[in-house]
Amino acid sequence: MTDGSNATESRSGSEDMPLRSLQNAHEESPRYDASDDELLAFYRQMLLIRRFEEKAGQLYGLGLIGGFCHLYIGQEAVAIGLQSALDKDKDSVITGYRDHGHMLAYGIDPNVIMAELTGRQAGISKGKGGSMHMFSTEHKFYGGHGIVGAQVALGGGLALAHQYREDGGICLAYFGDGAANQGQVYETFNMASLWKLPIVFVVENNQYAMGTSTARSSAETEFYKRGTAFRIPGMDVNGMDVLEVRNAAEIALAHVRGGNGPVLMELNTYRYRGHSMSDPAKYRTRDEVQDQREHNDPIEKAKKELVERGRSEDDLKAIDKEIRARVAEAADFAENSPEPDAGELYTDVLVGSY
Amino acid sequence: MAIEIKMPALSPTMEEGTLAKWLVKKGDTIAPGDIIAEIETDKATMEFETIDEGTVGNILVEEGTNNVKVGTVIAMLAGEGEELPDSDLLEDGPQPAQEPKKDVPGEGKDVGRTEDKADMTAPQKRSQPVTDPEIPPGTNMATVSVREALRDAMAEEMRRDGRVFVMGEEVAQYQGAYKVTQGLLDEFGMKRVIDTPITEYGFAGIGCGAAMGGLRPIVEFMTFNFAMQAIDHIVNSAAKTNYMSGGQMRCPVVFRGPNGAASRVGAQHSQNYGPWYASVPGLIVIAPYDSSDAKGLMKAAIRCEDPVVFLENELVYGRNFELPELDDHVLPIGKARIVREGSDVTIVTYSIGVGLALEAAEALAGDGIDAEIIDLRTLRPLDEQAVLDSLAKTNRVIVAEEGWPTCSIASEIVTICMEKGFDHLDAPVLRVCNEDVPLPYAANLEKLALLDSKAIIAAAKRVCYKD
Repeated sequence: MTDGSNATESRSGSEDMPLRSLQNAHEESPRYDASDDELLAFYRQMLLIRRFEEKAGQLYGLGLIGGFCHLYIGQEAVAIGLQSALDKDKDSVITGYRDHGHMLAYGIDPNVIMAELTGRQAGISKGKGGSMHMFSTEHKFYGGHGIVGAQVALGGGLALAHQYREDGGICLAYFGDGAANQGQVYETFNMASLWKLPIVFVVENNQYAMGTSTARSSAETEFYKRGTAFRIPGMDVNGMDVLEVRNAAEIALAHVRGGNGPVLMELNTYRYRGHSMSDPAKYRTRDEVQDQREHNDPIEKAKKELVERGRSEDDLKAIDKEIRARVAEAADFAENSPEPDAGELYTDVLVGSY
Repeated sequence: MAIEIKMPALSPTMEEGTLAKWLVKKGDTIAPGDIIAEIETDKATMEFETIDEGTVGNILVEEGTNNVKVGTVIAMLAGEGEELPDSDLLEDGPQPAQEPKKDVPGEGKDVGRTEDKADMTAPQKRSQPVTDPEIPPGTNMATVSVREALRDAMAEEMRRDGRVFVMGEEVAQYQGAYKVTQGLLDEFGMKRVIDTPITEYGFAGIGCGAAMGGLRPIVEFMTFNFAMQAIDHIVNSAAKTNYMSGGQMRCPVVFRGPNGAASRVGAQHSQNYGPWYASVPGLIVIAPYDSSDAKGLMKAAIRCEDPVVFLENELVYGRNFELPELDDHVLPIGKARIVREGSDVTIVTYSIGVGLALEAAEALAGDGIDAEIIDLRTLRPLDEQAVLDSLAKTNRVIVAEEGWPTCSIASEIVTICMEKGFDHLDAPVLRVCNEDVPLPYAANLEKLALLDSKAIIAAAKRVCYKD
């Protein structure tokens, strides 16, 4: 380009860029119009995650789960709202190490997840992965990754595979507000936008990167804006209301499925528990956590709405009881399954024999 | 039934702790998520949340109690609609933690049992030893450069399998920074020959993700020096996935590009990463020398279900070698090759070192020393048997490696000879490597720092006690 004015012109042709259009559409009508049955299903799934994670915390306390264990309590509406909008035959999901909830949201058997947490042969990774490394290629769930931010680039690759095969699928790549400061996230944004990859980037902003609040770690704390430099439209979503999440998901997915390239969604949520099990959480007050629980809890919100829609308290109690029993069964299974055989030590290092 | 609330472990290492403070008292109603106590662990003071619902009964361990063992019942809880018997547990003092269950293999509750090493399976090996396929008599031998051989290998595999694609910096329109991908864009188009921005960490991750998603990516690094930015994905994402997923998820990706010193490009662009990647379980590491091996092993690498690091050498790209003209020239991974047979001393080497070893062998022959040269070709899994067989024959081994000596492939060969071939050794195994410095720019210093045939000759004479 020799003419400077042309260069300027070509660079500024961004008027039609839908950086805010998705957000505008979402704000216009922010809540998904769920049927009673749908809302009840969301409630059940969120409650399953909550009870499962509480049980995992308890088993950790009993020494049955070791190492790192990151619980999803408080963030349930994010996984349920988003994943309920996916096409399970086509779409793929990838996330970081706080992954139990995303697997449960996909309907993966709680038994094999819990057995992985306790490090047993029956675990979904034969006990070799643990809390942070779980996968189900059958469900197109690609992990479960322990390196903060790595799943974003890997998700870009999954999206590339969808595009390459023209299978109509998209990738949903979750990461946290902490991972949002990793360089490879932006490397991936650049390529994903450049190549119009079918991917939804999801920042689960639970306000703390381990013990560092977003304000102390991030120059731009409105993470949904961070795609702007790569022409990726952003969406700012209340992650504590499953219907708002689902609504935003539909808008984002329609955009991505339309071949328009990626969307960056920020889901504002809150983790009630520590970063991992050994986090004393001294970086925030008990009142702050309590306030979130009392006023913003996604499960209580759904429950209240169900009652308003005429569902009886007794019905809901029965559901809770049933889910507790399901989780207790998973815990029992996980506790009573044998550890892997010594013979498993050297299996699966390589696929081939050389 | 009353629920027992037990002293929790609140860190991976906690065995006992101090019950610092109760936040509930007898008669309080609690619900899941309520914080009921503060507990001091070996690391910090933690809040203890209940996951149960009910009415607090007797507090069995008073606040301020030190050294409460994990698992001790610290309080009782009555479930909904149930009366808690006003037991006199308190008078009996706290209940001790339950004895850990007996360690019975296969029965479940045996957490962290100590296994007998004898029960481990050995690393998986091929059931039958393999050799390079026979070249049928009458096969035409073409003279082909390593560069062309690599390109042809990729092109053939791309024709054979629609899942195979190439991505990297300047691989498409520019035809490859070192012209290894020349012509691929024309034949396969933009979809399968993808120019990336300069963003190694990102595109290595995208390559791994695409492999996990079912494709067969070939990720070119302009040089392996730049792959340091991406090494996390090579090691953490590619190498470990199959194991961490219990064999469920694979990552069949090929990372390729020039490795080792080029010519006068200074320290940051001149490094051999062979030993780095060869130390990682879950990776295949290949470093060929000539055109035939480059082509045959590249084709094998692309077909391989495991992640492969394929180390080429810029200085060798332009060298011409004989290459059999076959429809499908595929060589076995994990198999070394005897490049020159000899009886007096074994020179183990790979990549550009093979050429230097051949030069050295010529000179040694003039001095009456008959050297055998083993080209490792694959650095992981290493063909130990080839090294040991040759050692048994010559009783003397040196290792010629264009790379640093410390923690090198050479060090590994020395170890193998010590551990498994000691009785055959008539002399210490010597490493002949680069000098242990960052590679200098000045022509004379660079020459001084790099492996050369003179050093190989000197070492060979030394182990033959003819120096």
